[in-house]
Amino acid sequence: MSLPALTLLQAANPQLPPVHFWPWLIFSLIKLLLVFTFYMVSAALLTLAERKISAWIQDRHGPNRVGPGGLMQPLADGLKNFVKEETFPNFTNRALFIIAPMLSFMPALITGAVIPFGAPWPTRWGRVDLVLADLPVGFLYILAIASLGVYGIVLAGWSSNNKYALLGGLRSSAQMISYEIAMGMSTIPVVMLAGNVTLGAIVLSQAHQGWNIVTLTLAFFIFMVAAFAETNRVPFDLPEAEAELVAGYHSEYSAMKFSFFFIAEYANMVTASALMTTLFLGGWDIPFTLWDNVAPFAWYKSVLTLLAFFIKLSFFLFLYMWIRWTLPRFRYDQLMSLGWKVLLPMSLAYIMVIAGAMLGLNALGVPRDWRFALSMLALNVVIVVLVFWVLDRGRIVSPASSRIGARELERLRTMAHRSTLTPRETGD
Amino acid sequence: MEHYPLFYTFHFYLFGLVAVASAILFVTRRSPVSAAMWLVSTMFSLAALYVMLDAPFIGVIQVLVYAGAIMVVFLFVIMLLNLGQASEIADVRSQGWRLAAGLVGLALLAEIFALTRSSSVSGLTLAPGTAARAVNDAGAVGMVAGPLFTTYLLPFEITSVLLLAAIVGSVMIGKQRRAADAR
Repeated sequence: MSLPALTLLQAANPQLPPVHFWPWLIFSLIKLLLVFTFYMVSAALLTLAERKISAWIQDRHGPNRVGPGGLMQPLADGLKNFVKEETFPNFTNRALFIIAPMLSFMPALITGAVIPFGAPWPTRWGRVDLVLADLPVGFLYILAIASLGVYGIVLAGWSSNNKYALLGGLRSSAQMISYEIAMGMSTIPVVMLAGNVTLGAIVLSQAHQGWNIVTLTLAFFIFMVAAFAETNRVPFDLPEAEAELVAGYHSEYSAMKFSFFFIAEYANMVTASALMTTLFLGGWDIPFTLWDNVAPFAWYKSVLTLLAFFIKLSFFLFLYMWIRWTLPRFRYDQLMSLGWKVLLPMSLAYIMVIAGAMLGLNALGVPRDWRFALSMLALNVVIVVLVFWVLDRGRIVSPASSRIGARELERLRTMAHRSTLTPRETGD
Repeated sequence: MEHYPLFYTFHFYLFGLVAVASAILFVTRRSPVSAAMWLVSTMFSLAALYVMLDAPFIGVIQVLVYAGAIMVVFLFVIMLLNLGQASEIADVRSQGWRLAAGLVGLALLAEIFALTRSSSVSGLTLAPGTAARAVNDAGAVGMVAGPLFTTYLLPFEITSVLLLAAIVGSVMIGKQRRAADAR
């Protein structure tokens, strides 16, 4: 068969990617617009959701005046931010002061480019993969771009010419570097199981050998904690700790530039949630069936997998808010010791354990299907019990309800006793 | 790449120009923070050029390690020591050193020109499309990881030991200073 005839045949087959330039370009532009719109709309709606959920958790009503049930509140907020006066403090570095909000906003958006959000959609011009760009380095691209997000915060803190803002910027740079390492290490088991770094391959491997939350439970917990730290959300919002630093790195910002930091925070949350979904909850995979992962693809499969993806995404977004209104903020030394002394060694040890388990299961000839998932689950139950109930003994998981050893209780009592005495009574 | 030569050429010159312009701005800024940001821009453009040379892994690692980690630490130190404003210690090099640096740069440029014009270096270049095929066959990471952990395992491990020695050394220096402060 001659080459032009082959090309024509492929173009007519909806189960193959489009070979012509123009359909590919137009579909890419449509997907680009959809993803961008999704990010902007969800950032706006998440501000409302955050206030509604916080109200619900604190037994209040929350915003309910603008529109039905307060639904138009984000619009009102946006309008307010557009017409507010923009302030420029004296002696700032003007260029960096203006660039900083943009720098914090862009990485959050361009990370979304590699996240697959549904099964391929067959059209008469060929198959359209529901991902903007399935890069050969997919997952590493996300780590690389996420590591750039810190520049916006650091530069905002530095260029504001304000002590509190500078402290916020310094804290965030130290925090991001510390947790980035734990984040990267916790995902190495994911890459080992998938045998590939493209996110498409990671989703597909989870459809066959079980979701990674089952096979790599501990890695999921480490990744989740690191993702919370990377997005500067409570309990890791040290860079903007309002009780100590006014508003941290964005103390000097007003109007739309301030708003940009907020949009960036919510866009980062969406990206982190999408990442946790893709890496550990099977992405767009519908559980307990391979029907959605194999050809022939059809439009209803795409819609259903899209729905599955959004349900998982919404769960993580809710989790973010749930935790924000439940937990208090860490102290700075706690933050650093959690990152360097707990998460990093734990993730390194976990890589060795998973590598050993994979070697063992391969030697025993366990096929990569539900049997593999069950054996890994058994291993993970043991590890999670060991970590959370034996090694930890209530120090991190539940400080409020944990049992305290007799010696520790005595130490705390003497400390409390001392602080209530006057200096003369303690003999100082 | 070979399907869209105009696309390729346009982006090559775009990122090339951005890289060169950022590099010039990087060495001429007086404020260390501005200089650091221009260096980030240079590294980013270089990463784009690596990707266009069918080396996506190197490109991503360039951003992840240099732009995302090392430069953040640089900025952290600049801000922590409050060197952010232009000051007299921003440039301690003498006129002679600057002249020498310029001459070395010109020599390197001349070498590149000579190499690209001569035909004797065909052994150093790969046939077009070799890298793209390797990415297709072994994956973007496998293409680098394969040789690194088989053919070049010993140099790789020696480099790791070197880095470990550097870490131990820096920790030791930090400890000694603390001990001296305590005394």
